Amino acid sequence: MFNKGSELLKLCKDNDKKISEIVIKSEMESSDITYDELMNKMKEVLKTMDKSANSALNKEIISVSKISGGNAKKIENYKDNGKTISGDLINSAMAKALSTSEINASMGKIVAAPTAGASGILPSALLTVKEKFNLSDENLIHGLFAAAGIGEIVSKNATVSGAEGGCQAECGVASAMAAAAIVELVGGDVESSFHAASFALINIMGLVCDPIAGLVEFPCALRNASGVANALISADLAMAGIKSIVPFDEVVDAMYKVGKAMPESLRETALGGIAATFTGNEIKKRFE
Amino acid sequence: MKNYGVFDIIGPTMIGPSSSHTAGAVRIGKIARSLVDDSFFKVSFHLHGSFAKTYKGHGTDRALVGGILGMNPYDERIKSSFDIAEKNNIQIEFIEDDLGYVHPNTVKIVFQYKEKDNYYIIGSSIGGGNILITNINGNEVEFSGNYPTILVKYNDRKGSISRISSILSNNDINIATMKVSRKEKIATMLIELDSPIENKIINKISLLDEIIYITGINSIER
Ligand code: SF4
Repeated sequence: MFNKGSELLKLCKDNDKKISEIVIKSEMESSDITYDELMNKMKEVLKTMDKSANSALNKEIISVSKISGGNAKKIENYKDNGKTISGDLINSAMAKALSTSEINASMGKIVAAPTAGASGILPSALLTVKEKFNLSDENLIHGLFAAAGIGEIVSKNATVSGAEGGCQAECGVASAMAAAAIVELVGGDVESSFHAASFALINIMGLVCDPIAGLVEFPCALRNASGVANALISADLAMAGIKSIVPFDEVVDAMYKVGKAMPESLRETALGGIAATFTGNEIKKRFE
Repeated sequence: MKNYGVFDIIGPTMIGPSSSHTAGAVRIGKIARSLVDDSFFKVSFHLHGSFAKTYKGHGTDRALVGGILGMNPYDERIKSSFDIAEKNNIQIEFIEDDLGYVHPNTVKIVFQYKEKDNYYIIGSSIGGGNILITNINGNEVEFSGNYPTILVKYNDRKGSISRISSILSNNDINIATMKVSRKEKIATMLIELDSPIENKIINKISLLDEIIYITGINSIER
């Protein structure tokens, strides 16, 4: 069992294990489930993620509300034209993140990670790294457990709800989970995983939750695209050997306090930020 | 500190866009269907509060229809539930309504029949896919659908509670929670169980003299 990042780190070091291995062991103990059952369950999760991250790449998927959609396909095509500014990898990752967001908004099947609003980030991050480094599904399943470990710590000590902590708690935490998992998958050490997670949270600390008309579409989908980029660059920062001066647990605590300090208008009520712009309000009127 | 497992963080696997508008709405619809005779030809959904304001954008309407068609919260056909209802010759209607002092995400589902009276169920989606059923055709109740639930209405007599609960214990069924309320001489009992409900148990209880009405509702998946 671990409640804090420092405890998880210690368990890893004392036992010479990866984050995913400790998370798997602790899950088996606490929920009385066998190793095989656990792996099979996560395999199903990965399948759903893989499908949602790819289904909107070649087909224009429009949301139920009809206010958004089709953007995953746009960026996928754009990438294929070979003239991107930030490179194929980032563009491909953004396309996958948008795909899951669009599937979510069109009443398709997704896996909340940690929430439905932020569900595009983790699948896209892992699948992108899988392609680049030729990883197996087994590797990715382990990556998902590592990510879950980070998410558990944040849930226990802070929040992963936009209504409580703003978008930093949804998309920010998703990026942190993904960043830590990527570092483990490419062979980084456990400390580097925590540094990567810290960077991801620090990079977007203070991000508000302001969905237009309360619909999980705009700016949510965009933040899934930027969230996966955040995860990838945070992992790179950590793999380069850069360290977060402030340890992960303190960063999580800071994120929580920032969330609490946010006015209610910036926490999912759709009364502030992008939701409360002139255009945001005009769109909202269509649903009243 | 609340405990979280791996699948609380990476999960649930769900139909978007939000658990309170999709999963919660499907579950209310599905429970409602399990409580009624399924020969209805038309269903009216009276939407209250934020359900009334946001149902179109969030797809709550399709989720509710998916529910009354018997779908589970992760059924990918929810998106096309309107077409499926039409194919099954079920008419659907949505009415924005004021249901009084109730939770903001509340719906009253009225099932309409050709040869008999309407029958309604009221339920609220209270967040994260959790629901509360609060009224069954005029009977005030309160249950979550997370457990198999038995609802009994009976003429209150000495020993009724023990007669009902001994039928359960004699059949090796464990009671998770039990609530009894009484209006004049008529009592309503809600029993949540740890194991699924079998018809033979419902039949046995219904043979007791004092029973006016009894129904069993199996739990609805998350
Ligand atoms: S803006 Fe709010 S609703 Fe949208 S993804 Fe971020 S936290 Fe979720």
